[in-house]
This record gives sequence, C-alpha cells and structure tokens, in this order.
Amino acid sequence: MWPIRELYSAGLLVYAIAALAGLSAYLRKTHAAWIATLLCYASLTAAALEFVASAGALMAGAEFNWSLPSGIPFVHYGVRLDPLSAFFNLTLSLLGACVAVYSVGYLKHGAAHGRPGLFCCFLNLMLLALTLVFTASNVVFFLIAWELVVVTSYFLVVTDHESAETREGGMLYMLMSRAGTGLMFVGFLLLATAAGSMEFQALHGGGEKLSTGVGAAAFLSLFFGFGVKAGIIPLHIWLPAAHPVAPSNVSALMSGIVIKTGIYGMARVFFDFYGDTPVWAGMLVLVAGVVSALLGVLYALMEHDLKRLLAYHSIENIGIILMGFGSALLFRSFGHPQLAALALVAGLFHTLNHGVFKCLLFLGAGSILQGAGTRNMEEMGGLIRRMPRTALFFLIGAIAISGLPPLNGFVSEWFTYQGLLAGFGATPTLTRMAFPIAGALLALTAALAATCFVKAFGITFLALPRSENAERASESPISMQIGMAGLAATCVALGLGATWFIPVFAPITQHAFGVQITGQLVAGNGLLLTAGSVHNGSVSPLVLAIALVGLAGVPLAMWFALGRKSPRTIGPTWDCGLPGLTAANEYTATAFSKPLRMIFAALFRPRREIQAEFDVSPYYPTAIRFASEIQPAFETHIYEPLRVSILAIAARMRKIQTGSIHAYLAYIFVTLILLLIFGVRE
Amino acid sequence: MIGHAFSIFVHLLLVLLLSPLVTGFNRTFKARVQTRRGPGIFQPYRDLYKLLRKGMVIPDTASWIFTATPFVLFVTTLLASLLIPSITARAPMSLFGGVLAVVYLLALGRFFLALGGLDTGSSFGGLGSSREMTISAIAEPALMLAVFTVAIGAGSTNLSNVAQAGLSQSWRFLAPSQMLAFAALFIVLIAETGRIPVDNPATHLELTMIHEAMILEYSGPYLALIEWAAAMKQLVLMTILVNVFFPFGLSPDWSPVPVLISLALFLFKLLPLSIVVALVEVTNAKMRLFRVPELLAIGFVLGALALVSTFLFQG
Repeated sequence: MWPIRELYSAGLLVYAIAALAGLSAYLRKTHAAWIATLLCYASLTAAALEFVASAGALMAGAEFNWSLPSGIPFVHYGVRLDPLSAFFNLTLSLLGACVAVYSVGYLKHGAAHGRPGLFCCFLNLMLLALTLVFTASNVVFFLIAWELVVVTSYFLVVTDHESAETREGGMLYMLMSRAGTGLMFVGFLLLATAAGSMEFQALHGGGEKLSTGVGAAAFLSLFFGFGVKAGIIPLHIWLPAAHPVAPSNVSALMSGIVIKTGIYGMARVFFDFYGDTPVWAGMLVLVAGVVSALLGVLYALMEHDLKRLLAYHSIENIGIILMGFGSALLFRSFGHPQLAALALVAGLFHTLNHGVFKCLLFLGAGSILQGAGTRNMEEMGGLIRRMPRTALFFLIGAIAISGLPPLNGFVSEWFTYQGLLAGFGATPTLTRMAFPIAGALLALTAALAATCFVKAFGITFLALPRSENAERASESPISMQIGMAGLAATCVALGLGATWFIPVFAPITQHAFGVQITGQLVAGNGLLLTAGSVHNGSVSPLVLAIALVGLAGVPLAMWFALGRKSPRTIGPTWDCGLPGLTAANEYTATAFSKPLRMIFAALFRPRREIQAEFDVSPYYPTAIRFASEIQPAFETHIYEPLRVSILAIAARMRKIQTGSIHAYLAYIFVTLILLLIFGVRE
Repeated sequence: MIGHAFSIFVHLLLVLLLSPLVTGFNRTFKARVQTRRGPGIFQPYRDLYKLLRKGMVIPDTASWIFTATPFVLFVTTLLASLLIPSITARAPMSLFGGVLAVVYLLALGRFFLALGGLDTGSSFGGLGSSREMTISAIAEPALMLAVFTVAIGAGSTNLSNVAQAGLSQSWRFLAPSQMLAFAALFIVLIAETGRIPVDNPATHLELTMIHEAMILEYSGPYLALIEWAAAMKQLVLMTILVNVFFPFGLSPDWSPVPVLISLALFLFKLLPLSIVVALVEVTNAKMRLFRVPELLAIGFVLGALALVSTFLFQG
C-alpha cells in the first residue's frame, strides 16, 4: 500500500501553504491574475494528494490514527482516516480538484472581485478545514474545524459584498450556522460526558450509555444541529439565500460538499456513536427526508433564478439521502443489519452522486452566468448554439440529477427504492406502511425533478435567446470546460461502473453494522447490481446503456432503408401565420411550471397582479404589467414570528446591558459566586 | 447465447409489429362504437410506411436535441419492452432491469420528448412539454404504489419473477391487493398513453392538446419514430397490465407449441383491455387539465388501498 499518512499530510500542507501565499499576496497588494491561477493549481495538487490518500485508506479498509498534542486539556489535534472519513474525504477531494481546474478560468473574469489572493486564501483554507472536519477524531478539534469551514465559506459567499442581497444571504448563513453549532455543542457534550472522553473512538456506541431521555435529547440536538448545515426543511432557509449569491465555484463547493458535512455528522452520530436507536428516531429521519425531498423540489420548480433553483434541488437531494439513512436506522432498530447496510449504501452513494452532479450543475450555471451575464432563466434561451459544450455537460448533469438511467443518480435512487421496498416485509405492524408511502413520494419527487430539469435545460439552452445578453453569449474558457468535463465523466463512470465502485462501501457497513453487504449487491461477474439477491431485483446500467446504443440500429436501419433519399429542409417554426416567430412566442420558465403552481396552490398560495393601461377602451390595452409571486411559507409562518420574538426579547435584555463598567463587574462577581457554590457542592 | 439473441429478436419483432395493430384496433373500434366506418385496423402501418418515406422540415430554431429526441424515445421504449415478459415467462432482458428500470427508461424518453418540444421555440411545444411533464409527474405516485404492491407480493422487482409468482398461484389475481393495484395501473395507463379523458390523441385544437402539441413540429421519418414509440409505449404498459396480473399461459421455454399458445393467449388478453380503453374513451369527455389531478388522486388512493390490503390479508 502507498504511504497514506504522508500523502494526507502533504495534501494538508499544500492547502496551508497556498492559503498563506494567497494571504501574503493580498497583504502585499499584489492582485495580478496569475496568483489565482497558481493557487488554483496548488489546490488541485493538494486535492489530488488527498484523493490518493483517501482512495488508499478505503482500499486498505483499515483505520489510520495520528495526533498532535495541543497543550490544552481534552484537546489534541487528532486525525483519523477510518472508512467513513476516507469516503467523505474522497468525495471532497474529487470535487475540490474539478472546482480548482474550473476556477483557473473562472477567476480570470473578475469573479474574485479584484482580490485573487484573498479569495484563493479562503478557498484553500476552506478545503483544508473541510478535510479536517471529515478526518478529525476529537470532538473539540472537530468543532474547531467545523467553525473554520463556516467562517471561510462565509467570507467566500460574501465575495461580492457590495451587493445587499449578498450581505443578507451571508448573514443568514452565519446566523443559521451559529444556531446549528449551538445544538451540536449540546449533543456532543451530553455524549462526551457519558463517555468521559472527547475522543470519537471512545464515543463509539456511546449513545447506549445514556438514559432514554438524555439519549433522545442528544440525538435530537445532533440531528437538528447537523440538519441546519445539511439544509433539511424547515431549517433550510439559508440555503436558497446564500448559495446563489456566492461566486459559482463557491456555490458548487457549498452544495457539493459543505452541506455534506451535515450528512457526514449524521452518519457519524447515527451509525458510529449510536449502536442502536429507538424506532421514533429512524421514523423522524425518514419523515424529514421525505418532507425535504418533496418540498425542496416543489420550491425548486417555482424558481426562475437558475442558481436558486439548484439550491432548492440540494434540499431535495439531502432529503433523498436521509430517506436512505432513515430506513437504515429503522432496519437496525428492527434487527435487520443486512437491510440496514443496503439502505446506508444507498444514502452514502447518493451523497457522492449528488456531490458530483450538483457541483457540475453549479459550475454550468457559473459558465452561463459568465457567458450570458444573468442568473434569470427568463432572459436566457438558445445557449446550446453559443455554448455547445457547457450545454452538453449541463445536460449530463440534468439527466443524472433527474435519476434517469444509465447515469449515477439512477443507481443510488434505485438502491433507495429497494431499501424502501424491503422495509414493507421487514418491519412489524403499521411501521411498514411508511416505507411504500415514502417510496411513492420519492417517485413523485424524482418525476418533479425531471420536470424541473426539463425546464432548467429547455428554457436556458434551447430555442431562441430571450435577451441581448443571451444572444451575445460565448463559450467559456477551456479550463472551465475541463473542470465540468471531469465531473460529467464521473457522472457517467459512477453510473455505468457502479458495480466496481460499490465494494468501497464494504468497510463502512462492516464498521457500522458488522456486515459486508457489498458482496451481495454485485452479481453476475460484476455486471449486475442487486437488491441483496438477484431474486429480489437486479439492474445493470452498463448493459442497459449498451443495449440503448445497440438498439439505435433499429430506427437507423429503418430510416436508411426508407427515408434516406427523401428531402430534409430547414424551415421556420409554425407561428400560426403571424409574421415571424420571436422569443416572445416562447414558453417561459414561469409558464412552464404554471400547471404545478395551480395543482399545489394550497402550498404555494400564488398571488398575481395584472395592471393594464389603455387609452380608449379596456379591450385595446397599450401596456400590461404582470406580477406573480408565491408565498414563502416557512419564512412567513416560522421565521418571521421567530425574528419578531427574538427582537422583543433582545429589547428587554437591553435593560441589564447598561453600559456601566460597575454593573458588569457586579455581574461577573455574582456569576463567580454562583459557580463556586455549584462547583464545590460535590 | 444464441437462444438469448433469438429471444431478443422475437421480442423486438413482436413489439415493433404488434404495437401499430393495437393502435389501429383502438381507432377502428372507437369508430365502430360511434357508428363510423373507421380507417381499418391496418391503417397505422400504412401511415408509418408513408411517413418514413416522406421528406421532413426541421425548424430553423432547433438544435441537435430535436434530432436526437425521436431516436432516444424510440430506443428507450423498445428497451423497456425487452424487460417485460410477453411470450415466455422469462423476458429476454429482465435480469438487467426490473420494473423500476421500465418506469425510468420511459421517463428518459419522456425527458427528451419534452426537450424536443421546447427546442422548437413555438408556444405549442412549450405548452405540450409543460403539461406532459406535469401529468406524468403526478401520475407517478399512483404508478409506484401499484408497482410496489406487485413487487412486494412477489418479493421481487424483476417482472419475470413477478409473472412466475403469479403462475405458481393461479388465483392470485383475485386477491384484493392485486385487483386494486390493477385498477390503479389502469388509470395510470389512461394518463400515460394520452387517452381521453386525460388527453385527446385525435385533436389538433391548441387549448386541449398535450402530446400532439409537443410533437407539432415533427414531420416525416422523425414523426414516424415518435408515433411508433407512442404505440410501443402503449403496448408496453398494456403488457404489464395483462401479463403481470394475469400471467397464465406464458410459455416456460421456447418450445414451439407452448410459445404459439402463449402468443395466442397474449393477443386474447390484450383484446378485452383494448376494448375497455376504447370504451372509456368513447363514453367520456376530455377533462379540463386541472381536473386530471383528481383522477390521478383516485389512482393514488387505489394504490394505497392495494398496499393496505396486502398488509391486512397477507400479514
């Protein structure tokens, strides 16, 4: 095996050096474009090192532990590459590498707002911090790395801080993250107190040592704490606010991997710290998954801002991942480790897959933003002729995220379905009904996602351009194309080659449930993916893809035999006899999703306003103004009252914040006395 | 291996040749019920032959998506048909994808078809794409519940295994769960194949068309491929209904006599289903678009009841 520890440390070192170099360039007021190029290549190098290290750790299937003392009690800088960490670090470094290549071209066009050094400093620092989050083996060190991710990603999000929208999005992200970290603190403290140690290894199975009530409290605070980061509904509101305003390479990393830190945290807590959980816990996770998936995609459908649309899709996919995790928890509670392993594989595989295609789609959105100068889909159109390669990559991402065969999204959704299907027979009484209902709603979610991506791709890339900017759009530089091509190829490879990738999960399920299911998930000489056994159901994306290509011979042969010689003319589209088809005749994104807005009116509460101006008669309007909006239910009904009450409490708190130094000294004195009383009592 | 290739070849031939006949029968039968003469059941073959030889006009706004769409649609539907047992109890490729693959292959075809509609830049294309995707999305939960009921009953998502489970218990289709799932799937069949009351395949009135609006700009060989694919999709869904729920007569192997019996029974089973579909079309008026979700909600409830009865009657 290769020197995993050295490669891993070298990767961290390169990230750190690149970050420092960026900072010093910024401090010396050197803002040349080559700095960004150089530092992006440094990130690429570091990501490549981390990739090799994680791949090695996964293949070896063993754990690697190292630590540095810090001189502070309970804290040491411990890192551990166990299979779960290695898997997430692998995902991170794959996405990091592609985004680094993409950024070389992307940053040349002002995305760093004149501060390439500072931008790359934060970028490298964030990648470094993310690596540490996935590999930290100590609660305190984990939380330090976690906060470093929050801070660096905040600074990256607000790169364009001149815009008020950006500042608000960034602030919301910061606030929600704070709340989430607060909850995580509570959960970790409860667990660590019971275990008497801050080490992850000591926390293994620590959930059982807690009494029922405390165990539940720890579970809930950790689930919701990590849930804020993952963006489960109703804790999602920061996601559609912060992701769109960030530079697109940052959005790609945010959606691709930063929100996955929440998923990593949950996986760590659910399947490492808790050896078993009560039934309600699994049910909670499953329901949270279903709700996030369905509402996420429904809100995405209503968006015509391309990046906000993608951000809502992240919520949807987090929901699909949580359906896998929730089923895994339920199966474990009912004593079916094999099925739990199947569901966990589904969730983890979807985590990787979503990272890859969402990163690809955000990078595509970045290319469009640079090429056409807008995020608003209503101003796009016809880009497939102007940006043919970006269009192809975006299409691959769209097919993958819609869960269509034979790409990677299909494979992980297929496993999720199989997990849910098995749930009916494996769980007692009414619990079993939850699984097929969740499956039906997953089907609805997937079909709505396909609808949404028909809209996203069709309105953006097809037909006529709807604005001058779209008409003048041009293809992005080669480095950006390479970054996207890498991710698109990964989508194809993980779909067609899923059978060769699945064994990666063997050590993870071994560690979590003591079973290695992956041997049973692959059959037929590596051609078939199965749901536990060939009899339960099997699929082969590779054979399906080959068959699709082979069967194309049938229509081609018919066309060759009969229609080859017939004329093929290019003509105008039918315009009902009116002179000339213009972009105004095209369906818009808003119109495309109108039927669904009407069908789900109870959720959206759509409101529209039409004002017509006329001179002589209302039948001959001279101008019409149309406005339409949907009600953001969670913002109005949950967060607005919350904000009002927090402000009300803060106004009362002001009374004790006198600003007088004497008062504050008195507070400190009283606190000290109280602490001594309670501390010495035992 | 040769047997396998032979089986694939026969299945391809069957679905390619039989699907226009089903469409032709449906049209002629409807005409007779409405006391018209109708074009004769072989008309779709003549239509396809004519279209394949004709020239075509491609809109100047269209991109390669427009060209790729007919092929993708045709091929995905054809492949889906190979995953479903139609003559022998073991479908030629059912090992490589079960019922979920069938649903998602059809979805892949639809995805491209909707893009093809948007690619022309005409309002009709967008209108058709939007409605087609909406209706298929809200039909999906009912479809999946019915599919889950069937798969849970047989313990497999592989349609050959499902059919075999049905063959081993000959009165299985009388179980309430199976009958309810059949009813749910029938509603989905009506919606997915664009039949009245959901869509009217014969209309060219802007406000009511769905499928026809999407393919308005297609002509010549491309139109032939799309029409053929639509006919094949209808046959695929009908085959699921007849052979998964009523699998009797399916031949266990490729010996000639059972295969011929199986083929005859297959046609015999398709006949009443086609008649019922045609009667539903003749006796109903097309629904307003926003009434369609109510119909599909009935399908969803039937699917849910099917699951509940699986739960109640099979422990």
